[in-house]
Amino acid sequence: MIVLYAILIWAAGWWLNVKLANGPQSENPIVKVLIPAIFGITVVIVWELLVRGFDVNPVILPAPSSIGARLMVEGPRLWADFQQTIIKGAMTGYIIGGLAAFGVAILADRSDFLTRGILPVGGFMAALPIVGTAPIFVKWLGSDWESKAAVVAVMVFFPILVNTVAGLKDTSAMQRDLMRTYGAGYWPTLFKLRLPAAMPFIFNGLKIATTLALIGAIVAEFFGSPTVGMGFRISTSFGQLALDMVWAEIVIAALAGSAFYGAMTLIEKRVTFWHPSQR
Amino acid sequence: MKSILPVLTVIGAILLFWIVCVPMMNMHLVADQAQRDELVVTPDTPAARQDYSGAGLVLRNTHLIPLTYTFVRPRLPSPHQVAGEMYDTIIDKKITSKRSLVYHGWVTLAPTLLGFLIGTGLGILLAVGIVYSRVMDKSVMPWAIVSQTIPILALAPMIIVVLGSMGIQGLFPKSIIAAYLSFFPVVVGMVKGLRSPDGMQLDLLRTYNASKSQGFWALRLPASAPYLFASLKIGISASLVGTIVAELPTGAKAGFGARMLVGDQYGQPLVSWAALFAAALTAAALVGLFSLIERITLKRMGMAAT
Repeated sequence: MIVLYAILIWAAGWWLNVKLANGPQSENPIVKVLIPAIFGITVVIVWELLVRGFDVNPVILPAPSSIGARLMVEGPRLWADFQQTIIKGAMTGYIIGGLAAFGVAILADRSDFLTRGILPVGGFMAALPIVGTAPIFVKWLGSDWESKAAVVAVMVFFPILVNTVAGLKDTSAMQRDLMRTYGAGYWPTLFKLRLPAAMPFIFNGLKIATTLALIGAIVAEFFGSPTVGMGFRISTSFGQLALDMVWAEIVIAALAGSAFYGAMTLIEKRVTFWHPSQR
Repeated sequence: MKSILPVLTVIGAILLFWIVCVPMMNMHLVADQAQRDELVVTPDTPAARQDYSGAGLVLRNTHLIPLTYTFVRPRLPSPHQVAGEMYDTIIDKKITSKRSLVYHGWVTLAPTLLGFLIGTGLGILLAVGIVYSRVMDKSVMPWAIVSQTIPILALAPMIIVVLGSMGIQGLFPKSIIAAYLSFFPVVVGMVKGLRSPDGMQLDLLRTYNASKSQGFWALRLPASAPYLFASLKIGISASLVGTIVAELPTGAKAGFGARMLVGDQYGQPLVSWAALFAAALTAAALVGLFSLIERITLKRMGMAAT
């Protein structure tokens, strides 16, 4: 019976979305947000109904309502995990890795020779399984957040480096010549022309790095962590078969990841308002 | 071709940095061992040595530097040690041996390739759906993007255990994670690629009175090829990362991830490092292979990049 309801609700949600998407109002900003929202809510309701209808063992898949209950009850603990993993581990590593990449990119940019060497090597390194270094860093730097920050820093370093180096090359000869006729030296040209022109590339790298930072910090906690942190909580809750707690951490991670990514996109919009893709 | 020399220079610089770091990282351990072997060490108690940084200790014990490069259980192995271990476990060992990295590599590679195939297939299908259906585009696409902020890698071990408890074991659970990770880049790339024909080209097809399916096979699909290849290269390395992480804390007995963990737990850093580098080489080989296929295909399609 409940399964039938699930199918009905799914059909109703889909029908509503078809109406909205093909209707005259489909370009309205509210409708644009409404369509994915309806889709999301439908999925959650269907999930809840199916879990109840089929009597799915909560060890395999908990219902959204029990995950929600966990989120409410375990607030303080989730907040502590969030601080340990996201603020201390991921953010510190993200900032260190980003600044280092930025510094190296500007150094490398001074010589065309180095640029040509760093682009392929950096692109290659960015594709490697750097998460695998997590056990090594935990051994070197101890199990607290420092080792997580180090893993994150190395992981975000290469995408940001490659994008920044590529961005700094993205000015036309005509633009650089114009700066030269103004009598601008290397640094004024860098700050007034090439850095602004590189911003779309730099933000591309920064946005890719946001998800990498979260993944690095959480995965590194599997190799040793103090008794707090999202990775620690996920693995221990899983050991106790408290899957609703695991899912609660996932929800937090997804929210934090979306917020982080969204924040980067917002800053990008403010900084690169002139770029064609933003207009 | 012109960039070979710069690339070699950068790699050389990285190697040099590595070699310089080796004595500093290992000196504390080496000094302890040297003392047991009754060599002269300054300062001569382990407690006093703790007050010095690695670099400080190196400066006081320059005669021990050669030992740091050949230490058996180093914190940071030297490049030649890693190369030696890799030669030993890739070329010297029989492929069937449990210590052969070729064997472990295949254990990791098989689920990677299977997952990559599944992920790519589903990704292309979803992209077609998104391009042709407004409802899919508006309702599913935003969630596809949000799904990327879920650190699936963090869940990989759990997924494996849950599937294991349901009786699904071996190749398939790892493939699911590999598939999930290669899925998204393919969706995004294909959506972009299928939409890349401009209004003029679409209009031309309309004047030919081409049907929707002809428009798909003759224009949209070929036009998406360069985007697809770019996605495939990202997807295959993401797949490999997924498989390796799936092996890491799940008690897997074989595969690169398992080797990294075994080396870590049994105090054999060289095993971990060799596995790490072998994984990197595999990733590089896969990406290289796809670049090659890309170049040949695009050339035959008349779209060779200049």
